[in-house]
Amino acid sequence: MHSSVPLAAGAVAPRARWRGDWLAPAAVAVVLAFAPLVLETYYQELVMKIVIYAIFALSLELLAGTTGLVSLGHAAFFGIGAYATALAAPQYEAGSPLLLLGLSMLAAAAYALLVGALSLRTREVYFIMVTLAFAQMAYFVFHDTPIGGGSDGMYLMMRPVLKAGDTVLADFERPLHLYFAALGLLVLCYAFLALVLRSRFGHALAGIRINEQRMRAAGFQTYRYKLAAFVLAGALAGIAGFLYVSKNGVVNPELLSWHESGAVLMMIILGGLGSLRGAVIGAAAFVLLKEFYSSEALLGPAIAGRWQLTLGLTMIAFVALLPKGLVGIGRRFSFKRSRP
Amino acid sequence: MHLPATLRTTAAAVALFAAGLAGAQNNAPIKVGFMLPATGTYANLGTMIENGFKLHVAEQGGKLGGREVQYFKVDDESDPAKASDNVNKLIKRDKVDVLVGTVHSGVAATMAKAAKESKTILIVPNAGADVITGPMCGPNIFRTSFSNWQPAFAMGKVAAERGHKKVVTVTWNYAAGQESVKGFTEAFEKGGGKVTGNLTLPFPNVEFQALLTQIAADKPDAVYVFFAGGGAVKFVKDYVAAGLNKTIPLYGAGFLTDGTLEAQGAAAQGLFTTLHYADKLDTPRDNAFRAAFTKAYHADADVYAVQGYDAAQLLATGLKSVGGDFDGKRDAMLKAMHTATIDSPRGKFTLSAANNPVQDIYLRQVVGTDNVVKGVAIKALADPARGCRPF
Amino acid sequence: MDFPTFLVQCLNAIQYGLLLFLVASGLTLIFGIMGVINLAHGSFYMIGAYLAYLLAPMFGDHFITMLVAGMLMAAVFGFVLEWVFFSFLYGRDHLQQVLMTYALILVFEELRSILVGNEVHGVQAPGWLAGGISLGGMMTYPAYNLFASAACLVVAFALYWVVNRTRLGMMVRAGASNRDMTRGLGINIRLLYRAVFAGGVALAALAGMIAAPAASVYPGMGGGVLIMCFVVVVIGGIGSISGALLAALLVGFVDTFGKVFFAQLSGIGVYVLMAVILVWRPQGLRNKGF
Repeated sequence: MHSSVPLAAGAVAPRARWRGDWLAPAAVAVVLAFAPLVLETYYQELVMKIVIYAIFALSLELLAGTTGLVSLGHAAFFGIGAYATALAAPQYEAGSPLLLLGLSMLAAAAYALLVGALSLRTREVYFIMVTLAFAQMAYFVFHDTPIGGGSDGMYLMMRPVLKAGDTVLADFERPLHLYFAALGLLVLCYAFLALVLRSRFGHALAGIRINEQRMRAAGFQTYRYKLAAFVLAGALAGIAGFLYVSKNGVVNPELLSWHESGAVLMMIILGGLGSLRGAVIGAAAFVLLKEFYSSEALLGPAIAGRWQLTLGLTMIAFVALLPKGLVGIGRRFSFKRSRP
Repeated sequence: MHLPATLRTTAAAVALFAAGLAGAQNNAPIKVGFMLPATGTYANLGTMIENGFKLHVAEQGGKLGGREVQYFKVDDESDPAKASDNVNKLIKRDKVDVLVGTVHSGVAATMAKAAKESKTILIVPNAGADVITGPMCGPNIFRTSFSNWQPAFAMGKVAAERGHKKVVTVTWNYAAGQESVKGFTEAFEKGGGKVTGNLTLPFPNVEFQALLTQIAADKPDAVYVFFAGGGAVKFVKDYVAAGLNKTIPLYGAGFLTDGTLEAQGAAAQGLFTTLHYADKLDTPRDNAFRAAFTKAYHADADVYAVQGYDAAQLLATGLKSVGGDFDGKRDAMLKAMHTATIDSPRGKFTLSAANNPVQDIYLRQVVGTDNVVKGVAIKALADPARGCRPF
Repeated sequence: MDFPTFLVQCLNAIQYGLLLFLVASGLTLIFGIMGVINLAHGSFYMIGAYLAYLLAPMFGDHFITMLVAGMLMAAVFGFVLEWVFFSFLYGRDHLQQVLMTYALILVFEELRSILVGNEVHGVQAPGWLAGGISLGGMMTYPAYNLFASAACLVVAFALYWVVNRTRLGMMVRAGASNRDMTRGLGINIRLLYRAVFAGGVALAALAGMIAAPAASVYPGMGGGVLIMCFVVVVIGGIGSISGALLAALLVGFVDTFGKVFFAQLSGIGVYVLMAVILVWRPQGLRNKGF
């Protein structure tokens, strides 16, 4: 059976002479940092939503885009991260965001270790289905048992507050503080992944995606590398989960559903597999497209009500016409070798 | 004290200006944001609720408390994961004054939290989750439908009165089903019965055969269920196809037979259910409502339309009591709504301490394609609002 | 649980499994032979159910005629759909197929809403299948359920016979193992794929039509079936019909007895089954062969 992931040029970056490929992402980060000055509250929150999904998409990019492990159960780690925060947060006082973030990452990574250890024995389509199965298991545990409040989910009563001694550094009840925390985490994740991709570990992952047999012949213990990537991706998804519940104050089993897993997969395909920029662009495009198609103000109630149709047709058109994703458009017009 | 002339004139001018502003506010439309399902299984319910609401506004000449109504709408997709984002479209982007929604309890629970945080008025026209008028209750959170506990409690009382001693319950393993079963059990066991088994299956699994076989083996006196929509149709058909209805009577919360009778056909005939609304109530108020609804929308009104209609009535009562001065006299308006008596097509009802309807629950029986009222199961039943801190 | 109840539960499990097999058989054909992941398969099931709702009043008691008519209509629909849409997916990688077919689900759901509306509907079973078999005064086993199981078995045998004993089946199997060589032998592979796809759609639609009188017809009914289908296909081995049958029966048993013994966590039962089997045999139960 043919490979299920295209040979996306991008993750195998030779020693680059042009070191300016961090300029574009840095510029975007700066623009986003100043965005609250011009955007009103609703649009600030929209940007925050994109930032959270961008982190989620980046985590899957490491797994699916770089290592070639397509998972249809990635939302499980997102949801577990969110639930970990909601369950560990104290009821009547604000918790510590560092502690809660750490717990979210740990919980997500732990489940990723379990799932990865068992599923990495399978390949391609079977791997896709096994990851789905494990995500469904986690979904039903949260949906059918009272652990996380059952099918209606649970609330985060008080959002975390970052304190140094007695001084308040960041209060997540204030949207602006949370905005910068999310942006900061996105920048950190992006930079971290960019470094990972340039490292020996990252190159090994790319090699595994391109030809695992050859890597094994070269002496790499590919199973360990894949498992490490899986756990790392899970932990990063946990960060996104922590941010989600900090922003919305509520967590629900639907966060672990295969619809969410499918959505994040859409995002990285839309943006272009094999590039970190693609993951972020894809997340933004996905969120904004949906926002556009369901906007009554822009399209009128009749069309906005049929957003599933318009969004579906657009997605089909995208995949048909832009097989390399949105990043592919940029690459057509540039001679630069593709960069993360 | 004798103020200098200029000061007095200025004061008068300012006062006039402020009054003018307030007057200008009073002429601005009041923004109502619907967050209802436009797609998916509940799409029809969303349409009924919205139509019921708009019918009442139209009956008042398009104005409530002297102010025009401007509508905004967002599809809730029946997805709790998207609920925060969707409700914020209405609260923060469209900046609505009043939120109306929704059908799905998980989504409504998130709306309640968002409404509490932003202090927007929320009127829930369906979702029966106990939490909304429980731990998430508040002076700006209202409900014009029911809590999952209410119709179930009434059925428990009826089942006990009919002499059943052993009952098995069946429902999906989700909050609405669990709360319903709890309500039934409370009344049934108080009346001397015993619930001998709680059968569940994962939502939205509709393979009931295994559970029906269990029931046949356990042989209880009766069965109480909570299902709605497609699942309700299949369950009733399967139950009758298995011949169980001949020996073990089936009871359910009203949603078992609401909106599903055409699909259930002969299988549903004679089924008893309890709900806060019924067909053939034959009161002047209900007859007028149903006629007006059919005339405007060419469809029969149902319980969802009534709940939407009453949401508009509740808002209208509040606005009228403060002369439309929503911004200035908000607390007075909330108080007026809290103490209102709504002249609903279902019968008059008031709101409990947690802003949930205190209403009569009817016992209905299926005759043809109607749930015909057979009597009042419990008069003026109030939800116990466990977990609601008084406000 | 006493023995008679146990037997009835086994009957329930087999009945559910057989219907699941019918839907999944179409998916495993399309997946195994054409290598296309089709997330819209649940939508074909839904289309079948709505077809039953629309055709039943016209055919009345001629139920089997209606089933055949519906299958033909679905096959034509599948033929056209493959021509217009799916033939563009062959060269692409699985992810793009996933994305495009997922988008197709959204389109189908919305079209359904526009054309037929959002209400819940019921379909009357034909008069000659209305009764039931009394199981010792305990309960009645509906005759319709027995008919449904029988129909699924007939289809299973027919499929087996066509795929393993006819020229068409030979071409299909050849096309699955080596597409280019088959083309080199002069067989019109495009037409073959189109026919197989049409067959797969017809099978799913048939399953929907058979299920409609017992279940109900409502928006979103494709979604639940879809996931179960993929589970069955993967457990059984992609492309294997006998594997799909075996897997479907396994799923039927796990679902039925899971509900009875593990009520709270019965939802995960099927997924635990899938995980266990894939960890034990990563290519499914019956890897090669039909």
